[in-house]
Amino acid sequence: MVIQIVLIAAVVLIALVMGRGQGARGQALRRLGLAAFAVLAVASILRPDMLTEVAQLVNVGRGTDLLLYVLIVVFLTYVSTRYVRDQRAWRQITALARRVALIEAPPPRPEPSVLDASASGDV
Amino acid sequence: MDRAEFDDLWVVVPAYNEAQVIGQTLTDLSACFPHVCVVDDASNDGSGQIAETFFDQGVRLVTHPINMGQGAALQTGFEYVLSDPLMARAVTFDADGQHLAADAVRLARRLGDGFDVVLGSRFLGQAPDMGRLKRVVLKTAVAYTNVSARVRLTDTHNGLRAMNRRAVAAMKLTQPGMAHATEIVERLRTERLGYTEEGVEIHYSEYSRSKGQPLLNAVNILVDLLMR
Ligand SMILES: Nc1nc2c(ncn2[C@@H]2O[C@H](COP(=O)(O)OP(=O)(O)OP(=O)(O)O)[C@@H](O)[C@H]2O)c(=O)[nH]1
Ligand SMILES: [Mg+2]
Repeated sequence: MVIQIVLIAAVVLIALVMGRGQGARGQALRRLGLAAFAVLAVASILRPDMLTEVAQLVNVGRGTDLLLYVLIVVFLTYVSTRYVRDQRAWRQITALARRVALIEAPPPRPEPSVLDASASGDV
Repeated sequence: MDRAEFDDLWVVVPAYNEAQVIGQTLTDLSACFPHVCVVDDASNDGSGQIAETFFDQGVRLVTHPINMGQGAALQTGFEYVLSDPLMARAVTFDADGQHLAADAVRLARRLGDGFDVVLGSRFLGQAPDMGRLKRVVLKTAVAYTNVSARVRLTDTHNGLRAMNRRAVAAMKLTQPGMAHATEIVERLRTERLGYTEEGVEIHYSEYSRSKGQPLLNAVNILVDLLMR
């Protein structure tokens, strides 16, 4: 009983924290997925046998095995989307840092015409 | 030496923590070239300050706020020198003291024969102190790059190159790290740049060996190239 309460609390908490994101479409999809996950998670906590029944439906021995397989797939998906995102973020950072570097750099050549103009203006 | 011959030329020097040698490199370069752009890739050993002292010899320092890799440093240098309307030619030159300024002069003059790009090759020239394993890895990289970029070169990962303005503008490097060498070679074909190779000397001192690319990094470069 205690473990069930703890797990349900954890699932609700994760759903709440992850549900807050940005980007309208992605956010909506993420929230739907999260809702489904939460429902399934709570169901499997209340009725642990359910996982095993689903596992046997797809010819996997035990529910825990099924969970492991799903977890591996989810993890690999996460790694690859993470990689794509990191690459994009890195490209943006590079562009930004380059702009900063170029803005702060001295002009490539002393500009004699400009210097002459200001000098003669003083006189 | 009369530097006026190269008033339309910029040397681009990517530098990351090269304080021990960058002073010598810039002294040698400034003797031949009136315009040198050092791109300090967020060094934390004072390389930038050393470069700054060469201001009066024509060295201009561009400083990355964060370390972004040699490819990113080169691209920043390219964009800087493109901002000089009088720039007609550029030479890339590593800060780590492995190249000879005299070789850079030769490559730059070779552009006059009508090439858009002149690539330095240590296998046409000399690299007397290169380790045997390094040689094998580099030759493998050359073979791979020749096939993937459909060119025929003897050295694809040499930091010393000369190019004209059109080639500099065409580079647009996106690979921040070491994979940029392959990118440059790919541009030769995709941008229809006329190119040739010229033998150069590469010196592997105790310093550059300890600081240079660990051979295992070849694995990372390959993954960068395959995953883009
Ligand atoms: N390693 C490294 N070099 C950088 C970076 N940014 C700029 N550089 C400069 O790029 C040049 C070449 O770097 P090296 O690590 O010597 O690479 P390499 O000459 O191709 O490899 P070696 O043959 O082992 O010397 C040097 O002038 C570096 O200072 C960076 O983030 N990492
Ligand atoms: Mg080197």
